[in-house]
Amino acid sequence: MLVEEVMKKDVIKMAPTETIGKALKLLNEYHIRHLPIVDEDNQVIGIVSDRDVRDASPSIFENDPDPEELKNEISSIMTSPVITVHPLDFMEEVASIFYEHEIACVPVTKEDKLVGMITEKDMLYTLIQLTGTNVQSSQIEIKVENRPGMLPKVTQVFGQRKVNISSVLIYPYKPDSRYKIIVFRIQTMNPMPIINNLKEVGYEVLWPNMPGMPS
Amino acid sequence: MAEYAGDALMICKAGFVYSEDFNSYRFRDDHPFNQLRVTMTKELLEVEQALQAEHFLKPRKATDEELKLIHSSKYIDAVKRASNGLLTEDEGMEYGIGTEDTPIFKGMHDASALLVGSTLTAIDAVLEGKYEHALNLGGGLHHGFERKASGFCIYNDGAVGIEYIRQKYNYRVLYVDTDAHHGDGVQWSFYDDPNVCTFSIHETGRYLFPGTGNVSERGLKEGYGYSFNLPIDAFTEDESFLELYESAFRDIVEFFKPDVIVTQNGADAHYYDPLTHLCSTMEIYERIPALAHELSHRYCEGRWIALGGGGYDIWRVVPRAWAQIWKVMTTNKPFAGSIPKSWKEKWQGKSPVELPDTWQDPSGIYKPIPRKDEITEKNRKVLEKSMQFIHNQKKYNNFT
Repeated sequence: MLVEEVMKKDVIKMAPTETIGKALKLLNEYHIRHLPIVDEDNQVIGIVSDRDVRDASPSIFENDPDPEELKNEISSIMTSPVITVHPLDFMEEVASIFYEHEIACVPVTKEDKLVGMITEKDMLYTLIQLTGTNVQSSQIEIKVENRPGMLPKVTQVFGQRKVNISSVLIYPYKPDSRYKIIVFRIQTMNPMPIINNLKEVGYEVLWPNMPGMPS
Repeated sequence: MAEYAGDALMICKAGFVYSEDFNSYRFRDDHPFNQLRVTMTKELLEVEQALQAEHFLKPRKATDEELKLIHSSKYIDAVKRASNGLLTEDEGMEYGIGTEDTPIFKGMHDASALLVGSTLTAIDAVLEGKYEHALNLGGGLHHGFERKASGFCIYNDGAVGIEYIRQKYNYRVLYVDTDAHHGDGVQWSFYDDPNVCTFSIHETGRYLFPGTGNVSERGLKEGYGYSFNLPIDAFTEDESFLELYESAFRDIVEFFKPDVIVTQNGADAHYYDPLTHLCSTMEIYERIPALAHELSHRYCEGRWIALGGGGYDIWRVVPRAWAQIWKVMTTNKPFAGSIPKSWKEKWQGKSPVELPDTWQDPSGIYKPIPRKDEITEKNRKVLEKSMQFIHNQKKYNNFT
């Protein structure tokens, strides 16, 4: 899945000379946690998180109605340089960036201009799409030998039964590395005929898969 | 109107919607959805002399206008064309018609419209005040969507019926769905409607179709807080199922104060059911209607319409489970003891499994569940989370 398919295009952004007070207002108004800072050419020159802004704000125990701190320029607290991604990058790469840099948001730039934002929440949305749990389906798990050609063999059964697959995931079988588990979400309420076909050809089907329980 | 009499015997005036034509809703010979179970239930009740001529209500067919209360014209048109073999495979896919779950069959529109009409017949019987309760075992097809067939369901009779109640009678409706699958079609139809409260208890969607029915699905906009879900773990047994069902149903009915209760009584949470992984016995099929009966008298002057639904062990489970709904609905007491011999003899020849001898299941029909305690604990957490919304409101109201 490409970044441009997932990113938010209506980006709330700020100029470096605007105040921290304005940032606080924007974060609250739009329920967001990051603000990119752009120059007059729409190039990303910094980013602030809600935490940066709060650190720079007066304590809630102060009763000053018009605190001086909030009048400082946002550029004084922004992080730069900024890690960015391209619209044609993959979401998998964004996931690695979030994980490695321990961040939760990246601006998307094209020809150095800001065109979108990707956040942790967009990443989770992608995960939900990938797992296929957002559409009506049943889930079955199949234990297969870890060697080439297994997936097409298994999926053939679904095709013959005219059952649409909404997602496929493959993960390692922890107790024994010679095997893998293929997880299918299939669009049927009655997976029994498929399960029987798979068992007939010798696959181990886990439906449901619960440790300590018979399957 | 009968006063609710606790555990005592009581006689309620109820209608039983039935037609041989329910059997025309048949996808294929080897398809798990089989309306023969309704006929078997009816005959079991007749042999027990619990069902007489005066109880029967003849169903009507729903009109196109009535189907359009929920379904789009294009979809209805597609089903009609499919009925006459005039829908192409590609067109069908768009509407979920012609899949393995909902294959095309001749006359599918008429058969499906009859099931919707039978639910409307049940509703009118109760809401026009002629009957306290009504049972339509031909209905309860809760997976039908506005423009899509799925999960063995073409038209969603429950959703059409509820919208019909809203428009014709302006009653607040509580829908209670005890099918082992999430009642998604009905939930999404009224997701933003604060006058229809949906409550579904079902096996978690981790493995089971349709996959939805999380505790977090609470409704949208004005309908927020009027959708309740209890997704219970695979291998859940009677005790835990009933603990959650009874506790949640009582809390929800007190919170929502409905004018009428519509229940979907799918009978596929039984251990024998081939499509699900719950471990219930006949015990829950006595308690499920008993509580609906009690609460309909306490809160709705008896107005209760019960529908069928799933149920794929049509031999050992469904006839007994559904007969108990009728028995409880009319006398407040479930059947006990032996299953009549003549009924068993008539159907045994057709059944691939040995039919049961008694109304209750003997103990030990399944091996003890090794993780029972964990399952019970997890289910309690689900209940707690689902009811949090109501409990928070109660606390707030007590403070102010």
